[in-house]
Amino acid sequence: MTQKQTPLVEIRNLGFSRGQRVIFEDISLSIPRGKVTAIMGPSGIGKTTLLKLIGGQLTPDHGQVLFDGHDIHGVSRNELFQLRKRMSMLFQSGALFTDINVFDNVAFALREHSGLPEDIIRTIVLMKLEAVGLRGAAQMMPSELSGGMQRRAALARAIALEPEMVLYDEPFAGQDPISMGVLVKLIRELSDALNLTSVVVSHDVDEVLGIADYVYVVAGKKVIAHGTPEELKHADNPQLKQFIQGAPDGPVPFHYPARDYQQELLAKGVGK
Amino acid sequence: MLTRKIELLVGVFLLTGLAAFLVLVFNVANIEVKSSDSTYTIKANFTNIGGLKVRSPVKVGGVVVGRVSSIDLDPVKLVAVVTVVMDKRYDKFPETSSLAILTSGLLGEQFLGLTPGFVDDDVSMLKDGDKIDDTRSALVLEELIGQFLYSMGSKDK
Amino acid sequence: MKLIDSIADLGRSAIEFVLGFGRAGLMLWGAIFRWPRVRKGFPLLVRQIYVVGVQSMVIILVSGLFIGMVLALQGYNILVGFGTEESLGPMVALSLLRELGPVVTALLFAGRAGSALTAEIGLMKSTEQLSSLEMMAIDPLRQIIAPRFWAGVISMPLLTLMFTAVGIYGGHIVGVEWKGIDSGAFWSILQASVEWRQDIVNCLIKSGVFAVVVTWIALYRGYQVIPNPEGISRATTQTVVQSSLAVLALDFLLTALMFGR
Repeated sequence: MTQKQTPLVEIRNLGFSRGQRVIFEDISLSIPRGKVTAIMGPSGIGKTTLLKLIGGQLTPDHGQVLFDGHDIHGVSRNELFQLRKRMSMLFQSGALFTDINVFDNVAFALREHSGLPEDIIRTIVLMKLEAVGLRGAAQMMPSELSGGMQRRAALARAIALEPEMVLYDEPFAGQDPISMGVLVKLIRELSDALNLTSVVVSHDVDEVLGIADYVYVVAGKKVIAHGTPEELKHADNPQLKQFIQGAPDGPVPFHYPARDYQQELLAKGVGK
Repeated sequence: MLTRKIELLVGVFLLTGLAAFLVLVFNVANIEVKSSDSTYTIKANFTNIGGLKVRSPVKVGGVVVGRVSSIDLDPVKLVAVVTVVMDKRYDKFPETSSLAILTSGLLGEQFLGLTPGFVDDDVSMLKDGDKIDDTRSALVLEELIGQFLYSMGSKDK
Repeated sequence: MKLIDSIADLGRSAIEFVLGFGRAGLMLWGAIFRWPRVRKGFPLLVRQIYVVGVQSMVIILVSGLFIGMVLALQGYNILVGFGTEESLGPMVALSLLRELGPVVTALLFAGRAGSALTAEIGLMKSTEQLSSLEMMAIDPLRQIIAPRFWAGVISMPLLTLMFTAVGIYGGHIVGVEWKGIDSGAFWSILQASVEWRQDIVNCLIKSGVFAVVVTWIALYRGYQVIPNPEGISRATTQTVVQSSLAVLALDFLLTALMFGR
């Protein structure tokens, strides 16, 4: 039972910058096993980058990412690949392989890694597709699916190898209310049924607060708040309040930093 | 099935490539299977080889019987040593045969003309490593003109 | 100050240039030397030979035929002035084998298959398919880049041979069928002047080198694409421009090495 207590992923003092631009200054957070953890924040603060750092696709400037005690960026390439078999990622675009059909997409990682015979693979794939409600679409090509269905097919692919953790990159972005509802339900159900550790990165406040067990809010290169959804709703941090309530102006200003409005209007010419 | 069709077409592609290769090798290039079993080598000295090159043909009455395989300079006698690889099928040339550097046409390429010599009881046939002594060097146009002018001059006197 | 800035710029672009070579080299290294797998890789290779080779065949065969015919027509007009129109055979065959075959095939290949490779891989990158492979613990270099590289390296020499063979027959059509050169003379003089080692082997060496370079550039451009539509279209153009320049420059070097003595 002690294993249950230690978090699956621990991020310690993580810093990352792209060229001159600092994206994260000092991020520390931990992701408990078997729970849905959400990472929220305004768009453009590098939430996807954070997932790629967890997955080992990007290397941080400083700090560590520990997955079940292994330093993701310290291990060898082979060990990293072994660790990646225990996690999977649902990309924002779905990232289905466009040249093969839905069935083969879901079967892809199984054929690559499991070494199981084809008839067992077929059974597993059909089960996964059934779980996301797309068994009937197995023979369709990704381009024939709607956006929501693509994301569900990608979800089926992500859970094909029965990973311990799924990273969801903006799963709700650009979805209509129905597919959004379906996805919310799926993430919650999969998490409970398979005892999956889920990490949801999103800026859709209502959906996230609806399913998450624990929420981190990232803004301005740092974690500004964390807690259960209930705690966050009643927090009085003004920056957090603005984000959760969706107020247009507040600590995150409506205006991009600029010179004084009156002065600029009265000035003659741009360069002065 | 789609993959079967692809496999078939890839097969066609590879075979077409192979066919093109064979066409180029057997129909276009002049490969001669040159193993030492089917050839023998003879040498000859020339004072001037003119435009003779490695791989120039050796002809008897217009039929190619061999090719020049290398051209060197004898470091002592300072004459050109031409090595010729002959086809084993034509091995009945007497030692008394002569080699001449000839030109095909007025401006054409140069080749070695082999003229078979007389056959006698004490004359053996050419064999591997033999040397032909009776050679005639290439005609060089400048020398010809020079000789011609010289003989004209001496006739005037 | 201006001068120092421009020197700094120059230095920066020089470093970028070297860096690019380094990245491209590492990509190739990762694609061809890491964990070769025969059983799983073979179907991928067959599929890519189909895409890269079979689909380029028509353009190669048609271009070869026309280039051979044009070459023969122009050559005939010149040679007939010297009364040596029988030399048309070697002229067509040698120009095709030594230069036009490898070079034109490489240029057409860069335009037809190279640009398609870049666009395909660029699209895979921008739709996160490559990232998603990585997250599935599958190396995209091995899964995506390696089969395409080998397909290019296998296909292009074969395409070059087809181009050359068809081109020589194009020359035959014009020279013999149309202009009335004696067929026997055409082929016998041609055969006497084309040599296995000097011409055919060198033709294959050239086209092998071009195959590596063109495929490499195409794959690298796709792999390094800036993942948006503009980036993909830029990368596709760069593939065609850079591989054409590389082919022509290398052709000079190789020709100098092979025939410069």
